Amino acid sequence: MTKEEALYEFLIRLGDNALILGQRLGEWCGKAHQLESDIALTNVALDQIGQARLLLTEAGRIEGKGRTEDDLAYMRGEMDFRNNLLVEQDNGDFAHTIVRQYIFDVFQYHLLKGLQKSSNDFLKAYADKSIKEVTYHRSLSHDWMLRLGDGTELSHQKMQDALDDLWEYTGELFEMTEADDVLIAEGMIPKLSDIKKIWEEEVEATIQEATLKVPDTLGFMAYGSRKGIHSEYLGYILAEMQVLPRSMPDAKW
Amino acid sequence: MSTDQGMLWEVFVQAKPGIPHKHAGSVHAPDAEMALKSARDVYTRRREGTSIWVVPANMISATTEQDADSFFDPADDKVYRHPTFYTIPEGVKYL
Amino acid sequence: MDIAEKEKQFQDKIDSGQKIEAKEWVPENYRKQLIRMISQHAHSEIVGMLPEGNWITRAPSLRRKAVLLAKIQDEAGHGLYLYSAAETLGVERGELIDQLITGKAKYSSIFNYPTLTWADIGAIGWLVDGAAIVNQTMLARGSYGPYSRAMVRICKEESFHNRQGYELLYDLAQGTPEQKAMAQDALNRWWWPSIQMLGPSDADSKNSGETMRWRIKVESNDTVRQRFIDRTVPQAEAAGLTIPDPDLKFNEETGHWEIGEIDWTEFYQVIKGYGPCNKKRLRARQEAEHEGEWVREAAKVYAEKQAAKKTKAA
Repeated sequence: MTKEEALYEFLIRLGDNALILGQRLGEWCGKAHQLESDIALTNVALDQIGQARLLLTEAGRIEGKGRTEDDLAYMRGEMDFRNNLLVEQDNGDFAHTIVRQYIFDVFQYHLLKGLQKSSNDFLKAYADKSIKEVTYHRSLSHDWMLRLGDGTELSHQKMQDALDDLWEYTGELFEMTEADDVLIAEGMIPKLSDIKKIWEEEVEATIQEATLKVPDTLGFMAYGSRKGIHSEYLGYILAEMQVLPRSMPDAKW
Repeated sequence: MSTDQGMLWEVFVQAKPGIPHKHAGSVHAPDAEMALKSARDVYTRRREGTSIWVVPANMISATTEQDADSFFDPADDKVYRHPTFYTIPEGVKYL
Repeated sequence: MDIAEKEKQFQDKIDSGQKIEAKEWVPENYRKQLIRMISQHAHSEIVGMLPEGNWITRAPSLRRKAVLLAKIQDEAGHGLYLYSAAETLGVERGELIDQLITGKAKYSSIFNYPTLTWADIGAIGWLVDGAAIVNQTMLARGSYGPYSRAMVRICKEESFHNRQGYELLYDLAQGTPEQKAMAQDALNRWWWPSIQMLGPSDADSKNSGETMRWRIKVESNDTVRQRFIDRTVPQAEAAGLTIPDPDLKFNEETGHWEIGEIDWTEFYQVIKGYGPCNKKRLRARQEAEHEGEWVREAAKVYAEKQAAKKTKAA
């Protein structure tokens, strides 16, 4: 695997995470429990779509086949997407959305911290810009973890259910492939196994503070996204997202 | 069903460093921390601010219209509080 | 001071062009009219999020998706500024939302029309927001300070909405034959509802007298409507689109565009609840409020627990 191939894979992985999570958060529009939260969720969605555009544009450049951000977002099939299973899971209730968000925010935050030291100019600049947004996302979802976990009996139960449902998708956030090895050797990216330790400490502390329990999955974790094997959700997400450019391939928008 | 929106907070935004905070509007939030975040998302989407204050709306006391005459009119005739009241000889500087 | 005297002072203040501020004495009907208007306006913003939200997941480019998200977020912000302004008149947002979801309050009936194609998103920005801006620029000159200031802020933010909508539709009109047909179809469906959203003709408008005297509104519906038409017709021409009105003509003498007769039957039908999406829109707001109740409750209980802990520690 060449350096360029590895970098393309890594950029697509990050870009697809941002895109699919942004897409999911966009589904919340007009449905939140309060206007303030509608606005907050849209902010996070906008930040993620913004990141996706940066990352996919760079991925297209590195690939060198002239593909744009939109070619990559709208003209790839689901087996070519490399987003984590976590971000494609459905919104569920607000508890599921918050747990998914918090788990991802802490992961993204520490990944960006590592990328700030990247030897690759693009990755470093991307991380320096995005860490500010993600610091805010993490603080917001952390606030909600505590308020819902330690709120009413009902909210506590909903949060525990959400944690139990989503925990099996945390493992593959940290799965490393050949691309990781190539880029680590170049000093371009941090080791996901190192991030895993910091992530676990931080997330588990929050879970406890929120009076919730770390789910016991008996060591079982879901894998697949690194090879393009997704959950059933992704097909529907893409069908909806890509419908216009796919049905009118000659059109510009 | 209760549509209770939680506490009402008045929001004050400082547009840039060195100038006073100015009233921007209000948000509903259960506590100060969330009120600050909501205020940030609602009132500084276009980078309108460098600092935000939130105050529980019910903690603000205001003068009433009935007070207006007695509060503010007595200041009308105190022209000696303004520098232009005083005559300074031609050529004298730094006054 | 008796009521008659207070009312005279109040009217003098308004006639001299001064703004009325929160907590000042106002005639009860002024307060009622304002709450009705501001809350209807706020409801319109948040119901207005729904037809546009319908296309967020299907926006055909990432740039358009980001723009649409930002625009709809603004609508939520505008709803919030307006509820804030209404709350200065001594009514709570929760109460106003309750009126909305129980069907007691009205909102702009234009949002009871469906967004069937992507071009409709352009039409909303160009026509619906275009009409709204003309109306809101007028309302920004109104007598109630908090409402007027909210309008100033909203108008500033809306101008991007208007431009992005026009750009979207303009690009479609220059695109493939299929895209062009889509743009023309959207104009055909949204033109008359946009003309109507500025309210009944002056002759049939029942709230006009008092609201004009108190400067809640400073121009009549027909005046505002004419301004919108004069602005919009040349924009349609520039995009190569045809306004669906065979009677449309330019009057050289007055310098105004004259439109054919407005068919108000459909307008009143939609207002009475029989538009294409009235039930769907209302149900969406009801569901959001119902499904969010546990979240609002949990946040409140958490805040109370924290406050109790603090008191105990002190």
